[in-house]
Amino acid sequence: MINKTVANAEEAISGVKNNMTLMFGGFGLCGIAENSIKALSKKPIKGLTCISNNAGIDDFGLGLLLKKRQIKKMISSYVGENAEFERQMLSGELDVELIPQGTLAERCRSGGAGIPAFFTPAGYGTEVQGDKEVRVFNKKKYILEYALNADFAFVKAWKGDTLGNLIYKGTARNFNPLMAMAGRLTVAEVEHLVPAGELNLNQIHTPGIFVQRIFQGEFYEKRIENKTITKA
Amino acid sequence: MALNKDQIAKRIAQELVNNTYVNLGIGIPTLVANHVPSDINVEFQSENGILGMGPFPKEGKEDADLINAGKQTITSLPGAVLFDSAMSFSMIRGNHIHLSVLGAMQVAENGDIANWKIPGKMVKGMGGAMDLVSSSNNIIVAMTHTNRQGQSKLLKRCTLPITGVSCVKKIVTDLAVIEVTSKGFKLTEVAPGVSEDEIINSTDADLIIDKNLRTMVL
Repeated sequence: MINKTVANAEEAISGVKNNMTLMFGGFGLCGIAENSIKALSKKPIKGLTCISNNAGIDDFGLGLLLKKRQIKKMISSYVGENAEFERQMLSGELDVELIPQGTLAERCRSGGAGIPAFFTPAGYGTEVQGDKEVRVFNKKKYILEYALNADFAFVKAWKGDTLGNLIYKGTARNFNPLMAMAGRLTVAEVEHLVPAGELNLNQIHTPGIFVQRIFQGEFYEKRIENKTITKA
Repeated sequence: MALNKDQIAKRIAQELVNNTYVNLGIGIPTLVANHVPSDINVEFQSENGILGMGPFPKEGKEDADLINAGKQTITSLPGAVLFDSAMSFSMIRGNHIHLSVLGAMQVAENGDIANWKIPGKMVKGMGGAMDLVSSSNNIIVAMTHTNRQGQSKLLKRCTLPITGVSCVKKIVTDLAVIEVTSKGFKLTEVAPGVSEDEIINSTDADLIIDKNLRTMVL
């Protein structure tokens, strides 16, 4: 049986080089590859293009890579909540490409599924359309969007096995299964790593074929960005 | 008197149709969930991957792995389901969501909406808004009638970069309920104590006055 287990985050990120394109799963701080990001922030790697729905906050998530100026370009749908990000973007140090969230998800899914491009109605008639090809289907206008792939994809799941099969929890699933498919080398970090055969095969979300390396994260801070409660 | 945010949400809740799926945007739209009439069943979708979203958790019960699109901690209701972002936007673009309620910075009389960018000032991104407005059959905007500078947010043409073309069907503001028709904005309801003239003066576009113009019931 194939064993994809690596010892730790440092081993998991080996091979990441300057100027590579990396994908990061997660929505806000929910379901982000905390341990992999921390390990990357300790390496002198620069010029990265990062594809992630959001860009973390100043001192957590991708904010750690931004602070050390390791990111050259961000491809995201929403980048609020990060003052350092805004500063680098407005000063021109950081290149930013904003794309609609559903388009981002589908571009990742397509990249992993062997579909080079697709037409979507999202962004038609807006700045996002730019000089993209427009076609009419059933009297409605759509724009052409291309698939996305990455040198490495970093995803985070709740449970995983040594074959790379993954199960996510709650809304921490989000972009993780899609980016797992689109990475040429996908690194999965999990809260619980179990031997192959121990996960219920009816409940696996990401089949291990999409994962090349897996490790159990040393520690999960799992920060809450916007704690909101119902008063008793 | 102009409505407060909660009252705008309460008026929008009257638009909810029984046995439908609804997506609520960030801000005033989120408050709509607090005012669902007791005889109406709706399922709330949040585009980060849940259908059957429940109220905010009680203190101590919050889960970092269960949030809404505004990154607020939430709960799930019995029958709720979780999914990835591609599946979520299949529900949205595939027109399986019946109603989408969004906030806006500007709405034009042809139904164009602008809510993602102020060039040179604020660039946070569109998130899921462009996907949401590209397909939903029913899009209601919740917003204040004027901005902080007192300028009308209802215009003949949006001056900010738009989020979607000719998509808004109805606007509920702190002053009025306005429908977007093929002939332009149609004023159908006024907030209690707000005059027709006040609304006309606060709107930078022509208003068709509905012949059945009435005062909002809240």
